[in-house]
Amino acid sequence: MSELRVVPGDLVPPRRERRHLLSVEDLTCDDVDRLLATARSFAVSQERETKKLPTLRGRLVINLFYESSTRTSSSFELAAKRLSADTLNVKSAGSSVEKGESLKDTTLTLSSYDPDLIVVRHPEAGAAGVVAANTRARVVNAGDGKHQHPTQALLDLYTLREAFGRLDGLHIAIVGDVAHSRVARSLVQALRLVGSDVILVGPPTLVPNGLAPVSHDIAAIADADVIYVLRMQKERMLPGASFVPSLREYTARWGITPKRVGAGQRVMHPGPMNRGVELDPRVADSPASLIVDQVRAGLVVRMAVLYDLLTAGPVAVETAVGVA
Amino acid sequence: MLAGPIGRDDVVVRGARVLDPVEGIDAILDVRIDQGVIAQLGERLDTNEHRVIEAPGHTLVPAFVDPHVHLRTPGREDEETIASGTAAAAAGGYCAILAMPNTEPVVDDPETLRGLRTRAETEAHVAVGFLAAITKGQAGEELAELGSLADAGAVGFTDDGRPVVAAGVMRRALQYNAITGRPIAVHCEEQTLTRGGHAHAGAVATELGIGGWPSLGESLMVARDVDLARDTDQHVHLMHLSARESVDHLRRARDLGVRATGEVTPHHLCLTDEAVRTLDPNKKMNPPLRTDDDRSVLIDALRDGTISAVATDHAPHSPEEKEVSFESAPFGVVGLETAFSALYTYLVDPGVLTLEIVLERMSAGPAAIFGLDRPRIAVGAPANLTLLDLAGSWRVRADRLRSRSQNSWLLGERLTGRVTLTIAAGRVAFE
Repeated sequence: MSELRVVPGDLVPPRRERRHLLSVEDLTCDDVDRLLATARSFAVSQERETKKLPTLRGRLVINLFYESSTRTSSSFELAAKRLSADTLNVKSAGSSVEKGESLKDTTLTLSSYDPDLIVVRHPEAGAAGVVAANTRARVVNAGDGKHQHPTQALLDLYTLREAFGRLDGLHIAIVGDVAHSRVARSLVQALRLVGSDVILVGPPTLVPNGLAPVSHDIAAIADADVIYVLRMQKERMLPGASFVPSLREYTARWGITPKRVGAGQRVMHPGPMNRGVELDPRVADSPASLIVDQVRAGLVVRMAVLYDLLTAGPVAVETAVGVA
Repeated sequence: MLAGPIGRDDVVVRGARVLDPVEGIDAILDVRIDQGVIAQLGERLDTNEHRVIEAPGHTLVPAFVDPHVHLRTPGREDEETIASGTAAAAAGGYCAILAMPNTEPVVDDPETLRGLRTRAETEAHVAVGFLAAITKGQAGEELAELGSLADAGAVGFTDDGRPVVAAGVMRRALQYNAITGRPIAVHCEEQTLTRGGHAHAGAVATELGIGGWPSLGESLMVARDVDLARDTDQHVHLMHLSARESVDHLRRARDLGVRATGEVTPHHLCLTDEAVRTLDPNKKMNPPLRTDDDRSVLIDALRDGTISAVATDHAPHSPEEKEVSFESAPFGVVGLETAFSALYTYLVDPGVLTLEIVLERMSAGPAAIFGLDRPRIAVGAPANLTLLDLAGSWRVRADRLRSRSQNSWLLGERLTGRVTLTIAAGRVAFE
């Protein structure tokens, strides 16, 4: 999301100049700082009696969700509403998607309403890019397959910074089903960007090599400031694929129980939780848990993302940019 | 075994560098073609009122043979037809292509095969050889009528698009196929390892969160099939090899005298899985693009002859099939019109492979695997010639492709080395 360059009128700016949030790779350290600072100022505004701000009045934000979602879809919708934007929620169930309309055609159809921004969630990697290639609107990726979920990573950074006052040098252990997790991929990139250390912990069949240091031993979480627990993502596993022999064995070896959480360690989870599988309810509901803070951060961080994409940068350039 | 038009053109190609590495020719010569047959090579030849093609600065080479093309006919003529696919082939410098039988319906009976050959005689711009299925419906269970199919003109057999899953069926096919003497070509994929895979199982797929298609998914099947070829003393041709481990198996088998041959695509020779990072569906192939290590092993194998053919695996797909997310896009790219230029730009121009090696592996190499007459520049040979402008550069544009489909991995790229003329079976097929 680097700043737009002002381009001489007779040159068509290259496509990447258009600002979307498709991946954490689109972000610089400065972007993260700016977004988190903006989110913090929105958090202050949310403590007032009148929570609604006029900032995006008259703008249209479309939420296009091809997968079920509670937290992400509700927080994007509320974020847009708190900024006075009009919102339109399109879900695949009950829409023309069920009649076989392609993602490209759905995007073209919705784009005819001249939205300023489209938030998209889709079960396939690269889907947000397909939307971005077929609309003049800004696009925010709210999760595409196992690929990316950049606003989740941002809200996790926000939560961490609020809890610890810093990000640099924090040590985070991400525990569980990394293989099927877009949250983990985005978060590992984001933590690397801000200078936190990461270790991935879990069964060899669910923790791929190559993203960050890996341990298969739950004892490796002992040094962490934060235990970031991932959900067992049964819906992303191929039918019949057996990644662990049983949930019972998984819980026994890698489940986060009160005994495994040390003094001063904090616990996070992107939700939705499988209580009693990857996370013991006693931990989830304990003071060590930052899970509710994460949900609260989701609203203000998404407000910041909408605000940043729709108000920053020399707007005049937009008209010179052709549809991709 | 090939079906297509036979030409009787009278042409003189004047002043080109004539290069046929197999015949050992590399000289500035005129080439005279009488009635579609090469009649004379020499300096300042009489033109005999033939059509004269002035070609100084150009290179005249034996035309190319593509052992692996999907013509999508019958069944998906919206994506490619015999006419459009062979027009694309002619534009790419090919005088002959071999069509895969995984169409709708599958080419698994002699009548279907005869029908296609008849159509090719009238519709094709260059010669087409048709492979037939190994098993009925490519279902991997009952053998197709290999003998009758060979009699009807099948140049070989393959269940391409999928493996013959059961080793017992594959062994029986190889044993029985001794009566035809035509190669069995195999798509090596162990599907329990590749299910859900969309890109090479490596660092890039892990970072992107895309399902992995591991090298082992190919090499395990390569190992099985070369062992079956050894056991039955039959010829197995390994299609579109992508992984170092597969090359290891093929090289070892050939050293042991096993009748195993291999082919490799331009995209596996030119690209790595880094190309997948953009999630461009035109970088999605089966087998997938692999690492730089695999790529360099494939190049070495092509150079030393372990892999003796370049095959495009030209796989047309309609726009609506490819204008989707990477994960839901089908595998495959078109390649006939860009194969030579891609190899010249990526490998010959930078000095990785010699022009002679590339020319041999695009022409005599594949012809030998399938027992076809090799295109050659010699008096008395049918004119199968391609004229190249090695200094010419061009940009790959979707609206200029002759294929009905535009799913090229090279769209928008500028390539060096272009085909300016193709003479196929004595007939100017492209200029």
